[in-house]
Amino acid sequence: MATGSSEGTYPDDLRYHEEHDWARIEGDQATLGITWYAQDSLGEVVFFDPPEVGATIQKDSSYAEVESVKAVSDVIAPLSGEVVEVNDALEDAPEKVNEDPYGEGWLVKVRLTSPEEAETLLGVAEYRKMLDR
Amino acid sequence: MITNAALRQTPLYEQHVELGAKIVPFAGWEMPVQYEGIREEHSAVRRYAGMFDVSHMGEVEVEGPEALPFLQRLLSNDVAKIEIGGAQYSCLCNAEGGVLDDLFVYRLGADNYLIVTNASNHIADLEWIGRHSREFGVIVRDVADRFAMLAVQGPHARQVLARTLGIELPPRFHVSRVRVGGRPALACGTGYTGEDGVELLVDPEVAPPLWSRLLDAAVVPCGLGARDTLRLEVCFPLHGNELTPERNPIEAGLGWCCKEETGFIGSEAIARARAEGTAEKLVAFTIEGQGIPRGGNPVMMRGGGEEQVGAVSSGTYSPSLEVGAGMAYVRSELAEVGTEIEIDVRGKRRPARIASKPLYSKRS
Repeated sequence: MATGSSEGTYPDDLRYHEEHDWARIEGDQATLGITWYAQDSLGEVVFFDPPEVGATIQKDSSYAEVESVKAVSDVIAPLSGEVVEVNDALEDAPEKVNEDPYGEGWLVKVRLTSPEEAETLLGVAEYRKMLDR
Repeated sequence: MITNAALRQTPLYEQHVELGAKIVPFAGWEMPVQYEGIREEHSAVRRYAGMFDVSHMGEVEVEGPEALPFLQRLLSNDVAKIEIGGAQYSCLCNAEGGVLDDLFVYRLGADNYLIVTNASNHIADLEWIGRHSREFGVIVRDVADRFAMLAVQGPHARQVLARTLGIELPPRFHVSRVRVGGRPALACGTGYTGEDGVELLVDPEVAPPLWSRLLDAAVVPCGLGARDTLRLEVCFPLHGNELTPERNPIEAGLGWCCKEETGFIGSEAIARARAEGTAEKLVAFTIEGQGIPRGGNPVMMRGGGEEQVGAVSSGTYSPSLEVGAGMAYVRSELAEVGTEIEIDVRGKRRPARIASKPLYSKRS
């Protein structure tokens, strides 16, 4: 289990948002999730409250909630788009967000409405630098 | 960002850091909220044994020939019932019957009592106790700095503790003088988890080696996170949430520890509340389906429109029940086990049902 270990992981191929969210951009679609740092700060995730498929999400605004035993956290959209899929597996296994935040713990897939927003996101080096501050 | 400059550290702070605990500010202290994870820690206490650093809690010693009449005036329970070596739960109330604090009193000698206060109320309690002590032949001492406090809780807690320390432990709701690390200490048969266990009041200097020995004995370090889920499952109130100076013990379901005939401060108001009933009552509930209630969430009747009928005082995810659960103050006429309610969790109405207390018991 990742919770409690000292070092986080941050894949090179993702784009990062200051609010500790990641985006894996593939063409006009993106998969979104929360970073290792976010899940570690939150603790064991026990509930993911997803948006509806078809919902519109707005960059820098909350689109979902993840809850640990102790706390609830808004999930901030790194990019704007329309939700095309939500990770239904998290309903029964929300702990995937802790165990595999960039893989099985993904949250939603969106069709991007403003793909150019990606340029405002951070690369892995910039995100790590932000965490170190 | 809140500055940590004014925060205090317990004698076990280094141990918490070393174990990789998440440290949070709590009641003026830097306290561990969790180590490996709240659910694991919670389950260790339900199944085996866990230990909590609760050194942030305060201790007040009351001594003197009039210690008993003084405490009888101050505390809601019948202090005369405590024998030497006994322990008793009580409320400290204001004249309106509001709860200033809830606490355990330990009788250490004929005229010698120790009160353990909640960290966030310690200074206010001291001031209140000191002010009312003037008419009595007693000495009131703040002895919080003399003690580190370690709660060892769980079905195996006593056994592990007795074996590790080679001491005899007092029965439930009793206290005994023991030696830990060569220094005088107090062992108290009390806790805040719904499990059997002991709370140790030890010399701050011997706390770190004691902690290490218990770690070696496989006692699981537990943070404030698990302390909260454990107490909530067994419906123990938390001062600041269920108990406040604006609420009396009757509406909180603590009438059992109020003995109005002793004439304590607040007894008249509490006798009135008991006789006339209160507008609201504290209930326990579980969510049916998804959603995790949190303190402050509005309570509505199911299918009862927009009218708010109460508010959640504490809510969490219950690791034992594996659902959202909590306690809430609701209108007394609705406070029946089985009543179908809804909790407004940040705009989403989550169906819930009033449940009997405790929410969790060994045989459930």
